[in-house]
Amino acid sequence: MRRLLFKNLVLGPLTEPAPAKDDAAVAELAARVDRVARRRLGRTLAIREVDAGSCNGCELELHALSNIVYDLERFGLRFVASPRHADVLLVTGPVTANMREALERTYQATPDPKWVVAVGDCALDGGLFAGSYACIGGVSAVVPVDLHIRGCPPSPLALLKGLLALLDSAASEAKAG
Amino acid sequence: MNSLRETILAGELIEAHRPWPRAVVSRELWQRAAERLHAGEWALLGLWGEPEFAHLAVIERHTNECAVLSFACEQQRFPSIGRSHAPAIRLERALRDLVGLEPEGLADLRPWLDHGKWGTRHRLEQGAAVSAATHGYPFLPAAGDSLHQVPVGPVHAGIIEPGHFRFTASGETVVRLEERLGYAHRGIETLMAGAPLERAARLAGRLSGDSTVACALAFAQAVEAALAVQVPPRAVWVRALLAELERLANHLGDIGAICNDAAFGLMHAQCGLLREHTLRAAESCFGHRLMMDRVVPGGLGCDLPGDGEQLLVALVALVRSRFPELVELYDNTASLQDRTVGTGYLAPALAQQFACGGYVGRASGRNFDARCTPGYAPYDRLRFEVPVLEEGDVNARVWIRIREIEQSLSLIEEILPQVPPGAICAPVATQAATGIAREGMALTEGFRGDILAWLRIAADGKIERCHLRDPSWFQWPVLEAAIEGNILADFPLCNKSFNCSYAGHDL
Repeated sequence: MRRLLFKNLVLGPLTEPAPAKDDAAVAELAARVDRVARRRLGRTLAIREVDAGSCNGCELELHALSNIVYDLERFGLRFVASPRHADVLLVTGPVTANMREALERTYQATPDPKWVVAVGDCALDGGLFAGSYACIGGVSAVVPVDLHIRGCPPSPLALLKGLLALLDSAASEAKAG
Repeated sequence: MNSLRETILAGELIEAHRPWPRAVVSRELWQRAAERLHAGEWALLGLWGEPEFAHLAVIERHTNECAVLSFACEQQRFPSIGRSHAPAIRLERALRDLVGLEPEGLADLRPWLDHGKWGTRHRLEQGAAVSAATHGYPFLPAAGDSLHQVPVGPVHAGIIEPGHFRFTASGETVVRLEERLGYAHRGIETLMAGAPLERAARLAGRLSGDSTVACALAFAQAVEAALAVQVPPRAVWVRALLAELERLANHLGDIGAICNDAAFGLMHAQCGLLREHTLRAAESCFGHRLMMDRVVPGGLGCDLPGDGEQLLVALVALVRSRFPELVELYDNTASLQDRTVGTGYLAPALAQQFACGGYVGRASGRNFDARCTPGYAPYDRLRFEVPVLEEGDVNARVWIRIREIEQSLSLIEEILPQVPPGAICAPVATQAATGIAREGMALTEGFRGDILAWLRIAADGKIERCHLRDPSWFQWPVLEAAIEGNILADFPLCNKSFNCSYAGHDL
């Protein structure tokens, strides 16, 4: 193990530079997010992920955000274990009828101010599952959504761009305020 | 009248079913099928239904023959298979929820996928009735001194799919685990009914996102079997590349994640890096990191590009150069071994009974791989080994995955020089409307185990009925047994070593 650790030490970081933030996401956020809320959130965001019936494709790419290439935590973004610790609910899936109550309760358990990010095409409007008896169809039908990150699934880069836009808009508001 | 072939001959053969036979059988033959399953002579591949029929897919152990037995329901009732063969219980509960067929004699009639939230029930049936499910769900009791319950989920602490686990524990020791699933039920089978092939293939590819290639492949092969479509040789070989890349990416990610659940972050970081390289190679070659919608009925939706071979050779070389020292690290770290060895033991007898696929079965002595049995092209022309261990613990499941990574790397190397030139897709959409209903079935090997696809294409070329059975159906139940007697804190480790799909199971 020591050999491997030493090798990695001299190898230098494998983490890639940050991507530019997503302009479309910035625009969506500017239109939706309450200024007061943004001021309070500051430079770090705690994210609680809720799978509301996704195929698990989005989860795979959300997991990838934490690998050493994307290293989400260097931006002050981190996944937390409880909605009570969270600033952001990140929701995937078309919101199945069986998950609706759990999503609502998770939202209610998240302290204000809070933001909701809907990840993936299913979370936007139900995607391929729109119209099913078992799906509500889109996160915004159940809880208010502040940002959509599209894709099936969105790549880690797309996720990172969207989340950085969220963070930057929070930080700039905090400074301005 | 014991063998599967004799049973089929005694029934009414359905001519339109390919490639394995399907026969409508009498009540007596249906009940004997349950006895054969109970005796372990046959293994259960799937159980599903339509408003008029219950279908049972089985494989005979000593001949490796597959077949579907159908029972014409009288007043929407059929004799329960689950009454004598436990692996069928959840499938029958789901069938009751989705189609409304009553399994006669099944003791556990609690709704399974239906949580009482759909408004209507029996979605595959015309004139849906009101849901029978209510808000209360009685969990099975556990009696004893000082027992306490720990409810977990459906929203978990990590980035995990939704499901509920009800633990009954004595101190730290798990006395009983009961799973409650169905939270990710999206109604895929109903969305499939009446869908054109193209849309249905996309739905199949989202049964379980981590197995999108294997699911889409099972669906495509079933369509091709039904319509007797010849897939171009190039597509057959490139499909295997996609499937092995998917296996490689999942095994790499999961080995790291299992170690992470034992608080060994270094393995997680290193394996995560190799997984990322694999996904990037997949994107460079096929334009999508998870390779969704690349396998389509008739062949492939995209070709291996000119530099594809070079990219994949480089990937194999990269993983080969880094992975062995990670395996050594895993094997030589006592604190990690302390967590994985002997933890989450699955008895070989149980793995046999439930016909557990993939690494779950193979780590508990069950030598089954759909690539070999019943087998499909091009694996019949490739040389590879299917690793099998008897130990049945978390460690054994990790080792099966390590060996499978090595096999997948060799397979990619073996496939690349053999990929023939030519077309990548046969026209299917134009051939689908044959004027008669046709039925097809396929069994493919995803990273998690064997995936069954069964479908009927209507005379107009649209899907009339499609059933997809994820390997998790036969792995989730045995996880309940494997965790018994372990400490609660080891559940994430055990769960990750099984890595059953919630979405794939919930449909």
